[in-house]
Amino acid sequence: MLSSIYRATTRLSSTKWLATTTRGMASDSATFDLTGSFETYNLDNAPNNTIEATRDDLMHKFKTMYTMRRMEITCDNEYKAKNIRGFCHLYDGQEAVAMGIQSALTQEDSWITSYRCHCTALLRGGTVSRVVGELFARANGYSKGKGGSMHFYNKEHNFYGGAGIVGAQVPVGTGLAFANKYHAAPGEPMNVAIACYGDGAANQGQIWESANMASLWKLPMIFCIENNQYGMGTSIDRHSSHSDYYQMGNHIPGIRIDGMNVLAVQEGMRFVRDFTSNGNGPMYVEMMTYRYHGHSMSDPGTTYRNREEIAFTRSTRDPLEFIKKTLVDAGFADAEELKSIEKQIRKEVQAEVLKAKEWPHPEKESMFKDIFTKDGTSDSQEFPPFIRMPDYEKSFYAPN
Amino acid sequence: LRSTTHYEIPKRALSLHIPDHFVTDLIMFASALRTALPTSRRFAGLSIQGSKRTLATVELSVRDAINAALDEEMERDDGVYIIGEEVAQYQGAYKVTKGLYQKYGDKRVIDTPITEMGFTGLAIGSSFKGCRPIVEFMTINFAMQAIDQIVNSAAKQYYMSGGTLSCPIVFRGPNGNSAGVAAQHSQCFASWYSHCPGLKVVMPYDCEDYKGLTKAAIRDENPVMILEHELMYGVTMPLSDEAQDKDFVIPIGKAKTQLEGTDVSVITFGKNVGLALEAAEVMATKGVSVEVINLRSLRPLDLDAILATAKKTGRVVTLESGWPQNGIGAEIAAILMETDAFNYLDAPMERVTGADIPMPYALELENAALPQLSDVIAAIERTTYRKLAA
Repeated sequence: MLSSIYRATTRLSSTKWLATTTRGMASDSATFDLTGSFETYNLDNAPNNTIEATRDDLMHKFKTMYTMRRMEITCDNEYKAKNIRGFCHLYDGQEAVAMGIQSALTQEDSWITSYRCHCTALLRGGTVSRVVGELFARANGYSKGKGGSMHFYNKEHNFYGGAGIVGAQVPVGTGLAFANKYHAAPGEPMNVAIACYGDGAANQGQIWESANMASLWKLPMIFCIENNQYGMGTSIDRHSSHSDYYQMGNHIPGIRIDGMNVLAVQEGMRFVRDFTSNGNGPMYVEMMTYRYHGHSMSDPGTTYRNREEIAFTRSTRDPLEFIKKTLVDAGFADAEELKSIEKQIRKEVQAEVLKAKEWPHPEKESMFKDIFTKDGTSDSQEFPPFIRMPDYEKSFYAPN
Repeated sequence: LRSTTHYEIPKRALSLHIPDHFVTDLIMFASALRTALPTSRRFAGLSIQGSKRTLATVELSVRDAINAALDEEMERDDGVYIIGEEVAQYQGAYKVTKGLYQKYGDKRVIDTPITEMGFTGLAIGSSFKGCRPIVEFMTINFAMQAIDQIVNSAAKQYYMSGGTLSCPIVFRGPNGNSAGVAAQHSQCFASWYSHCPGLKVVMPYDCEDYKGLTKAAIRDENPVMILEHELMYGVTMPLSDEAQDKDFVIPIGKAKTQLEGTDVSVITFGKNVGLALEAAEVMATKGVSVEVINLRSLRPLDLDAILATAKKTGRVVTLESGWPQNGIGAEIAAILMETDAFNYLDAPMERVTGADIPMPYALELENAALPQLSDVIAAIERTTYRKLAA
């Protein structure tokens, strides 16, 4: 198990801390080295080996990623306190992937992911209180308390879930790319669509079905494998006969990116977006990443991997430690400042959680809503004429 | 009867794919008739002279009725597109989409690889972002490959997103038995799809149903499954003046009293409405007045129509070709039991269903596995006490 992590780290050597940084002309921007962060397949070009980033941008990334981390840790605690029910799949360890994608894509680009979606929901127009509020089953939660951990959606911010069935989000994501092309002027750059899925999902047949159509029809589609080395409790050695997922598109170009380095993810995704947006067809992107928690809250995460591996990853490859070190090494912040920001964010997240706990649970009547829509706008209602309830006499008849 | 005047072919007639010369001939004939008989313009129900409704009832095949509906809706809304196997260059596996590829091109009539799960999910995703796809399944049997997408990505979407994401998609294709295509190609999915909240399910019978329900489905903002019947595609039936209109839609969720009667209600849907009407004709000669209810919509079910007819006649026979266990007839039986319609029943409800077996190939076996006229009559006679139950 540890060997597979070694394999991943030796291939993508950018997990070593940045060797060099050079200050740009302005003292609040610097150039960072990304050598070794990328491996390409069927591509003539590659992403740049450097990226320029401003202090503000890096601080924003740090704060956002730290908020994501605190939110997920809070979910852990709240789940154990039995304030969250059902499934709860946490994203801590993988923050750099979502943050990097968000940095490279625009709000017009469509994003769909799996059930491990709290952080993506946060990035795409969400707030901690609405995410956590949904987990607490509150009426002001993301899906009005009717979705739960796996079902967040934000149409305005082009975030399409949150999908509970492993792999099913990929054809749907390909459809989002299809719609982007359908509505674009021929020959013009198109908005892209990205579907994120795990190494566990990567062998699903419907993914190849989607990739085949995306390639045939030159859709602006990004197939993004978040390879955290495990499909639930089964390591990639045990579930994949071939685990170079970025090569799984046969002829479709692919790129493997160090997913613990948010700047590498951003630059890699910039490259991928450029490619797919301009009518070249789809691309496979494999993010090498890791999750600290088990598959879900009912999985301690230690029966199929050992604690040394988790500790090793945390101490050598943690995405938050990386961004902090980047800030400090570039002279943009010192350790004290970052510590105080962390303290501040902890307070903010706590406040958001308390706010969410004040919200009411959904009213009983809400169970009859949202079965059909009247005109497709948010919340428009078309009630079925009759909804049978467990006790027939409590059945619902649509208001006339 | 040739006239030298040139008549402009009304566009609507063309969209029904009636050959041009037929329309011209009809108009010329009508015009000649009008000249010959200078009475009311509405002679013999023909309304002529440049009004939109230039034709009265026409006869066309179910296939052409569906084609007209698809064509009209594609013309009306640029976001509507058709996707499926062989829908474009092949002109449709059953020729239902004939001519549409020539008219609308690659962008809007799309041939797919044989990957139902993939293209169904793709269509659903596109419907979240401004498209209105019509997914054709070569047969609904193949939709089973995509049933996860249909139920989990489409039907449940609006609900689990708390009213955020709706899915204006249509799934359509031939459902149920055909002729000798055996077990894997003959299943009726009426029960499976009408089981799911969030999905609308319609099953048309005649040309009017096919045209009106298909248009309603395409205009509906919710996912709709249209269960067609392959053996009906070639059947020619009348399409009324009203139903020829480009904005003629049949509301989903409302049944039709296909035939009014007083002694017994036969509640059915799809192709079997024809069988019920045949049975009604036979029973009329025996002095039994049969009311035939064409459900049209399986989800939502028209509860009011079911209860009204049961209370009116007091005797109910349901008719379906699908498997009996957990079928539509079973649902209607439960409805009759749990509502006050029970108090109006003068006899137990009878179900006529397909046999509880996978569909066999041999003709005699296939016929025996499907409801025949004699089966419907037997059920009617039992429930009207014309014949004692065995």
